[in-house]
Amino acid sequence: MKAQTIPERLGANRYEVDEEESHIVVDQELCRTTGTGQRIIAVCPAGVYSERDGQIDVEYAACLECGTCLAVAAPGALTWRYPRGGFGVRFREG
Amino acid sequence: MADEPDFDVVVVGAGPAGSVTAHRLATAGLSVALIERGEAPGSKNLSGGVLYGRVLDQVLPGFADEAPVERRITRHVTTFLTPDSAVSLDYASQRLAEPVNAVTVLRAKFDPWLAERAEEAGAYLMPGVRVDQLLTEPAGEPGAVRVLGVRAGEDELRARVVVAADGVNSFLARDAGLRGKEPLNHLAVGVKAVVRLPRSVIEDRFGLTGDEGAAHALVGDCTRGVGGGAFLYTNTESLSVGVVLRLDDLLASGHTAAGIFDHLVQHPGLAPYLRGGEVVEYGSHLVAEGGLAMLGTLATDGLVVVGDAAGLTINSGLTVRGMDLAIGSGIAAGDAVAEAVAAGDVTAAGLAGYRRRLDESFVGRDLRTYARAPKFLERPRMYGAYGELAAGLFHDVFSLDTTPRKHLAAVARTALGRSGIGLRTVLSDGWAGVRAL
Repeated sequence: MKAQTIPERLGANRYEVDEEESHIVVDQELCRTTGTGQRIIAVCPAGVYSERDGQIDVEYAACLECGTCLAVAAPGALTWRYPRGGFGVRFREG
Repeated sequence: MADEPDFDVVVVGAGPAGSVTAHRLATAGLSVALIERGEAPGSKNLSGGVLYGRVLDQVLPGFADEAPVERRITRHVTTFLTPDSAVSLDYASQRLAEPVNAVTVLRAKFDPWLAERAEEAGAYLMPGVRVDQLLTEPAGEPGAVRVLGVRAGEDELRARVVVAADGVNSFLARDAGLRGKEPLNHLAVGVKAVVRLPRSVIEDRFGLTGDEGAAHALVGDCTRGVGGGAFLYTNTESLSVGVVLRLDDLLASGHTAAGIFDHLVQHPGLAPYLRGGEVVEYGSHLVAEGGLAMLGTLATDGLVVVGDAAGLTINSGLTVRGMDLAIGSGIAAGDAVAEAVAAGDVTAAGLAGYRRRLDESFVGRDLRTYARAPKFLERPRMYGAYGELAAGLFHDVFSLDTTPRKHLAAVARTALGRSGIGLRTVLSDGWAGVRAL
């Protein structure tokens, strides 16, 4: 099995991206002050979160919908719910 | 008197717990809606992949011959992995093939089949619908609510009972105040890839014939010592490979989940199995690891919680289970809800039969048996020092470098001394392990 970057590995997945709304919203201030930013970057297997100039970037289209980020987030720092019905990742294997 | 509800029961989530509950209720003659947020059942669902399926035979006898299952597990291998060594316990037996004990499944294929059985029994499947919240009204106690149905966007669906089968994140159980934020030592993140390989290659590499399968569980360096473990399961024409990482330990380690997964698939202990394979899917799943301690209140007025949504998982150290418990809870919930509806009492008291049935079933019994396992598995030596100890011991046994041989007891003493683990600690861990597992 070849070494792969996360985007390469995600490339095999199928997604129905909701172009109209993101199911993830971060509170930049709380992400910084509570350390939530670093935690969600560490735990997300899909690399949805990254940091640029002290801000947390969210690539919601890559989300695998596991909810691990929400589990490690401080209250209020992250609003995370499932994408609207029919949108998001579509596992063909599972 | 309130308006007549749209359905007797609304089940939210068409995974194993939801579909079995729906099947049970529809079979009992109740009107059931089975709501699924994915475009089709299974499209949002992911697990490592081993289903200890004997319980499903109670609902669908002989299911393994009909359902899209991958392989019948006849070999279980448990391995302590260090950076350069592997020490394994390898159990293979034809006795595991008949009757079928465990099968590998790919959920995007298996779950639709199970949901179809619920439909066949009369349940009304509604795919592509995300339930946003519960419909509630205040109940007797201050702060307590009675559940009246669900809201999805602009639509409301009323039911006598709502079954929350909405997975480990269960927004519905939280909505009803039955679950709060879990401590991080009760949760783990599972990261998995499905790797395609030709059927004959899989059979040759794992020593399998026909639809036999192997399940490998690994601990140690495969997770860079983070609490949890790794797995490698054989499907018909692919492998499921991944890690499960306890969140408190992952965060303390300074590693990333994706980085540890990379480390796993390149590890010399696993790489030869995966050689030449193509990743056809990459996914993740939050795993409840708290066992009995995580099980909260399972019913309130007009609502019961089943499967992952109720935190039903067991990690015994050798077997990791979720789907069988989900199915067991679906049977208990289905029977109890049917009984409550028939009796005209769907209050928490009327639905208490669910917890009673669950406690009496293998689900409750096994949860109690393994109640100490999560705490035991938090002991850090499981993920590093013991693997090193075993690897060192066997190296001394097998490496004949012309130095004079010593008796095994002396070799063991030397290996233990080198490991830095005191004998007292080994005995403490051993005794705790015997009691917990």
